[in-house]
Amino acid sequence: MGHTVTLTVNGTSYTREIEPTLLLVELLRETLSLTGTHVGCDTSQCGACTVLVDGRATKACTMLAVQADGATVITVEGLAKNSEMHPIQRAFAKEHALQCGFCTPGLMITAVDFLERNASPSDAEIRHAIEGNLCRCTGYHNIVNAIRSASAEMRQTAGVRPKVAAEVNR
Amino acid sequence: MTATANPTYIGARVARKEDPRLITGEGTFTDDVMLQGMAYLTLVRSPHAHARIRRIDTAAAKKEPGVVAVLTGTDLEATGMLPVFITVPSMNGSKHMPIATDKARYAGDAVAAVVADSRDAAKRAADLIAVDYEPLAVVVDASKALEPGAPIVHEELGSNLVFTYPVKGGDVDKAFKDAEVKVSQRIVNQRLIPNAMEPRAVAAKFEAGELTLWSSTQIPHFVQLIVALNLGLGQNKVRVIAPEVGGGFGSKLQVYAEELLVGHLAKTLGRPVKWTEERREGYLATIHGRDHVSDVELAAKKDGTILGLRVRTVANVGAYLQAFAPGIPTILHVFIVPGPYRIPAFDYEMRGAYTNTTPVDAYRGAGRPEAAFLIERIMDRLADEIAMDPAEVRRKNFISKDAFPFNTISGITYDSGDYAPALDRALAMADYKGFEKRRAEAKARGNYRGIGISSYVEICGLAPSKANAALGVGWGGYESARIRVHATGAVQVFTGTSPHGQGHETSWAQIAADALGVSPDDIEVRHGDTFESPGMGVGTFGSRSLAVGGIAVHKAAEKVREKVVQIGAHLLEASPADVVVEGGKVFVKGVPEKAKNFGDISMAAYLANNLPDGMEPGLEATVYYDPPNFTFPFGTHIAEVEIDGETGAVQIVRYSACDDCGRQINPMIVEGQLHGGITQGIGQALYEAAVYDNEGQLLSGSMMEYHVPSAEDVPAFALDNTVTLTNTNPLGVKGIGEAGTIGSTPAAANAVIDALSPLGIKHIDMPLTSEKIWRAIRAAGEGRR
Repeated sequence: MGHTVTLTVNGTSYTREIEPTLLLVELLRETLSLTGTHVGCDTSQCGACTVLVDGRATKACTMLAVQADGATVITVEGLAKNSEMHPIQRAFAKEHALQCGFCTPGLMITAVDFLERNASPSDAEIRHAIEGNLCRCTGYHNIVNAIRSASAEMRQTAGVRPKVAAEVNR
Repeated sequence: MTATANPTYIGARVARKEDPRLITGEGTFTDDVMLQGMAYLTLVRSPHAHARIRRIDTAAAKKEPGVVAVLTGTDLEATGMLPVFITVPSMNGSKHMPIATDKARYAGDAVAAVVADSRDAAKRAADLIAVDYEPLAVVVDASKALEPGAPIVHEELGSNLVFTYPVKGGDVDKAFKDAEVKVSQRIVNQRLIPNAMEPRAVAAKFEAGELTLWSSTQIPHFVQLIVALNLGLGQNKVRVIAPEVGGGFGSKLQVYAEELLVGHLAKTLGRPVKWTEERREGYLATIHGRDHVSDVELAAKKDGTILGLRVRTVANVGAYLQAFAPGIPTILHVFIVPGPYRIPAFDYEMRGAYTNTTPVDAYRGAGRPEAAFLIERIMDRLADEIAMDPAEVRRKNFISKDAFPFNTISGITYDSGDYAPALDRALAMADYKGFEKRRAEAKARGNYRGIGISSYVEICGLAPSKANAALGVGWGGYESARIRVHATGAVQVFTGTSPHGQGHETSWAQIAADALGVSPDDIEVRHGDTFESPGMGVGTFGSRSLAVGGIAVHKAAEKVREKVVQIGAHLLEASPADVVVEGGKVFVKGVPEKAKNFGDISMAAYLANNLPDGMEPGLEATVYYDPPNFTFPFGTHIAEVEIDGETGAVQIVRYSACDDCGRQINPMIVEGQLHGGITQGIGQALYEAAVYDNEGQLLSGSMMEYHVPSAEDVPAFALDNTVTLTNTNPLGVKGIGEAGTIGSTPAAANAVIDALSPLGIKHIDMPLTSEKIWRAIRAAGEGRR
């Protein structure tokens, strides 16, 4: 104990006393009970734990919670705004881009960061962008479709819809 | 009139009811279960693949702050043995305790357990446990395990032979004597690691004499049954919940040690306990799949007509028999090896062997991908030998569509099939005719381009209970459903199936909606809780859920519908034969304006003061459905690859598949199952392999060394389908969960070999990695020196 961290998660500020060895994903899941972020491996291969840290997709199993002191974090629970789903969420459902749903939060978060940096990606760029997020159910086919579909909607609503990733300080 | 005569929702691309909670982070997976006072279990696992356990010193671990209990195998014998549900003839079964007591038989075999207030404390204490091992000689290779003098995994059995399983039909010796052409090939289906994205997890609490156990499982009812029997609890006092389950693919089709241990510890320690697998731990302690080495010989005429097939296979079952392990290389493999072909003579001998490796059981397809790979590889070898188009060799030997029901040479009866149209459509999608031009263009770029075909038949709808009994499966193959219509008209479907990504909440609602004349939006499907289910469910595996569990839902809905019709006729003062149930209304044919709402009928059923004479109040039905036969989906997959001439790297540039799973309930879900299955099958063909060294150490021990395909490793897929109904069940459905995995591995591998065939290369073992291909190209004298 003895380490105090303060961070903003999904718009709420939290201050907690934590062990220096605590991982960011453990802080989110076990200390803050935000269990939508998952742990799928222990070598940072799978990407199930991906969250936005200061606007960038980050594997929360590979970051100590103390490193997130002062950071702004967005998890899957923070993607919807005022109970309106983010375009990526709607697109994942519409395109059947999830089956078991375990990898889905991490993939959506990666996609949000990616689409806010590349508004009109090619399929090859989409595949490259999500290469660090493994899915064993979908074969990625419908995930690529969903990200393409979300990008089209996000282009149309750009300027109207608040940006999830860009609304925090980079 | 039956409910399926004019399906409204069956066949529609209905959006999944599961998705809203999963895309918002609201779904609860087992590791998300956090209970007051929870303690954490960690297991100490043997670093040796084979070692006698001389002594375990737990004194230091017990002193570690936060430790609740430190236990060894002898403390935990009360949990009983792990179950095996299948017994094949002359099987040498292994004793399998959750914690090893005498010796460790594979690297990862659990030897001690620690429970502590936190995961960290449990892990620190586990590191303080000193185990005095006497390392023993190790055997990893299944064929070597059957040689005289091999180290024996289970001494009391006297050898490592688990079973010899022969299946014969026709005169194979004569077929080979008469053959104009013979081809033979050693074919390896390498060992794979299932890699469901959610690692296994188990949590339990014991309150007021009742054990509640959450587990990431495909078979909650089997877990309930074995936990109750082994821990000495009434089955009514064990509630097993499979909450959100993050993929299974067969790896969660088990009753695992951790389920018995967590249940036992929660019961005896008086506080909730949770165990969550770490991925590297799971690579050792969760079952593996495949691992067959087959010697295959095919006898044929010069025109491509098959005369006979002879196969000798050794299957590596690992260190212990797991729940379904004896049935995977036998029942689910040998019988389906003839595939879509008329084979007049067949002689297969399968042997299973124990080795000092992680146990092997069902992995997506479970025996059938191994079968499809060996028959489809040898078909290409035959085509090559007689210089015939691989598509035409297949077509020539297909069972013709008028031959169904067809009794195979291996002794099973295919329900229905029409194989040529699926082949033709796949060939058209793949622009097969234009391929040689693309091969030439690739050659001009310095690359090798190939195309590979795979036509498959698989067994689904497991299974008729009597067939199960005849085959040695120690449980029925039925499935259960209960439909409860509440007084307000709210409909709940309780199913014995246990989905983990397959979307049963949606598909079952579509099936019930058509029978009840309501919208799927008005139907809630509940699963995975043994205290809510009809009583017993068999679970979700082997592409069985729709053809068995979906039919149970259909039949239960038909029963409810019949009562709705009876009540409706009574209230409308009409004959039941004239009553229509649709669009949430019940009315007399031709008089829709004088309708009763569905809710009026259900309310009447519970008010019970104006029902037909003698009718029981209430509106619900329970069905246990036992299928009369298996179902046999089929299809053709075609992969086109381009291999970099300098690096040997393979890119799948085009993938086309035409599958036939009978009637489709939700085409969107069918396509999703195919996409994922195809990708897993491509994984086996090109990327994945569990590799052991000679000491039994798993070299591919993490996701860094084991290549699960990423989005950049696979292409977009072009899918088409034909619909050949089965008469096995009233919906004509067959099953689609594993078809992609079965069809794709041979298609991708055949494409790579085809690409390299101009170099004289006839076969390379999977996975077809760039390194292997680069070496093969160099060995063939091509490529830069």
